[in-house]
Amino acid sequence: MQSERIIMAHGSGGRLSQRLVAEVFQQAFANPYLDQMNDAAVLPPAQGQPALTTDSFVVSPLFFRGGDIGKLAVCGTVNDLAVTGAAPKYLTAGFVLEEGLLINDLNRIVQSMAATAETAGVTLVAGDTKVVERGSADKLFINTTGLGFIPEGTQLNPLQVKAGDKIIVSGTLGDHGIAIVSEREGLSFSTPVSSDCAPLNHFIQGFLMPGVKCMRDPTRGGLATTLNEIALQAKVGMLISEEHIPLLPAVSGACGMLGFDPLYLANEGKVIAIVAPEIEARVLALMRRHPLGRQASAIGTVTSYEPGLVLLETVIGAKRILSMLEGEHLPRIC
Amino acid sequence: MSIKGKAEELLAGIRQLSGEPFKIMEVCGSHTVAIAKSGIRELLPESVQLVSGPGCPVCVTDNSDIDRFLSLAQTPGVIVATFGDMLRVPGSKTSLQAVRAEGADVRVVYSTLDALEISRQNPDKEVVFLGVGFETTIPTVAVSVEIAEREHLSNYSILSMHKLVPPVLELLVTDPEVGLDGFINPGHVCSVLGTAPFEFIAGKYQKPSVVAGFEALDILEAIWMLLRQRQEKRAAVEIQYSRVVKPEGSPKAAEYISRYFEPVDAVWRGIGRVPQSGLRLKAQYRLFDAEMKFDLPKPKSVNTPGCLCGEILKGRRHPFNCRLFGKACTPLQPVGPCMVSSEGSCAAYYRYSQRRGMSAV
Repeated sequence: MQSERIIMAHGSGGRLSQRLVAEVFQQAFANPYLDQMNDAAVLPPAQGQPALTTDSFVVSPLFFRGGDIGKLAVCGTVNDLAVTGAAPKYLTAGFVLEEGLLINDLNRIVQSMAATAETAGVTLVAGDTKVVERGSADKLFINTTGLGFIPEGTQLNPLQVKAGDKIIVSGTLGDHGIAIVSEREGLSFSTPVSSDCAPLNHFIQGFLMPGVKCMRDPTRGGLATTLNEIALQAKVGMLISEEHIPLLPAVSGACGMLGFDPLYLANEGKVIAIVAPEIEARVLALMRRHPLGRQASAIGTVTSYEPGLVLLETVIGAKRILSMLEGEHLPRIC
Repeated sequence: MSIKGKAEELLAGIRQLSGEPFKIMEVCGSHTVAIAKSGIRELLPESVQLVSGPGCPVCVTDNSDIDRFLSLAQTPGVIVATFGDMLRVPGSKTSLQAVRAEGADVRVVYSTLDALEISRQNPDKEVVFLGVGFETTIPTVAVSVEIAEREHLSNYSILSMHKLVPPVLELLVTDPEVGLDGFINPGHVCSVLGTAPFEFIAGKYQKPSVVAGFEALDILEAIWMLLRQRQEKRAAVEIQYSRVVKPEGSPKAAEYISRYFEPVDAVWRGIGRVPQSGLRLKAQYRLFDAEMKFDLPKPKSVNTPGCLCGEILKGRRHPFNCRLFGKACTPLQPVGPCMVSSEGSCAAYYRYSQRRGMSAV
């Protein structure tokens, strides 16, 4: 590209806009649906129940250890579909570019989106770009919408959760939150923490079976907030064992130093599954077979004690409330 | 042995030594959080009571000080650099967060070095670091003054609202209404000061105290050590946190404090004026003293009616005794400072045991 940075004319709809679309977006995402270049992508009929989701990404910084805003924008939406039991198929992406953004950075991010979409097996079928004046956005915001299809027979619903069910988490918690905070604040730890940002759909397909009742990806608000949401919806209690919650030592260390609680930090490549007790061992074994689930752990049980109340049994054997995230002062992380 | 096993062992020891009521104050906010987070209270025998002390620097910053730095933040050309906890602290009328939304330049930093960097990058602005903290963080503020002096960073200054722990402890140890039997001394403060400044608790007042670490097991062990002192009818300053705290502390860090600062009387929120419990920069460093640099108003401090923070900080009342707790006052909309900082007693109680009777579970 001639100009190195995004200027207002890139959003004018004129020649510069066209070039940006052709050289950055079409080049990375080329596929028959996008190449139709119509006002809307026309998709083939599909089997299964459609599942639709949308999410906006405003993370700062744009690049961090283990990922970037583009990878996050694909993973976030793919994972939201995957945890409903859907097979993600199509994505759309809307970009809000701040005047002055380096085109090189945009290119890297778009390439990263394309690579992540390919890993996840989803196709980007529609997109939009807007440019706003310097100061009206923070470099780059991305919205993605995802469409997937739930195969017949798959039914995930928190209302199926009942006392005695087991709560499984697919790996270490808080990695993404700490990776972003360290990057933002220029903190360096002896063992740097990478974001866990990853598409979970293939991983989830590996253990999805009858008896898996409800799944969530614990993004903003972390494990604690997600468990509380499920407990409220399902009108059940939960008892979580602190001892069994997987944490990287570097994450516990950083949390101690910064005053964060890892159970409230965002994750971008983890799933919480609530399963019938009789399949707990099988689900765990299947998770651990996959690179994304090596550290999967059964962390607790659904109880009939006070609906909506999540309790944590601490490492010394006391019980306390594990409440929702409440007005914490945390940087934007997704 | 597992952590749970060790905890059970310590608890058995504590039960054996319990008996007559024993009221312990954990002075430090980090201890308050660790106790709430691990659920220690629930496991202790009823006769052993833990009360939270004034050891959260954000919580004890007086309204009038908050109003002063808020007016500073609203001064054109001034960048205020602060630790994140101060953002939501309510003053008489507003907060840093609110004035920032209205256009004030308020930057959250993780160390004074970040504040110095902001000064270097903004030579046309005045950068003021809000010095809020105890002996643990004060040496780093002193170091920033040293660097600013060396680099002739004339646009850097600090507003010292620092507080010293031993003077306020002396006030509490003698307060008959509080009626304390023992103290868990702040681990980080002692890592700087050593144990000498805390000797008066044992020497003058014949009360046991123990310097504890911040893991649940550290705190349980410290409680057991306190009870053992009672059993053996002696009072001493003992160190449980020996992996970090040496009896002599860190003389170099302590020396930094006394080189740059001198004690003054200070007002603690809810507690009032405590003689020689604050610090100001010595006269030769007044170039870096925001008090000297800016004409700061002395607004009248207005305390919120109904807020029990002052009583709670002294250990006289419990967060659950406050009628604002969890209703008008939550971490999202804090009324009193004890609800703002994650280390505040009220915030810790709110987050980890919103209801009474949790131990019945």
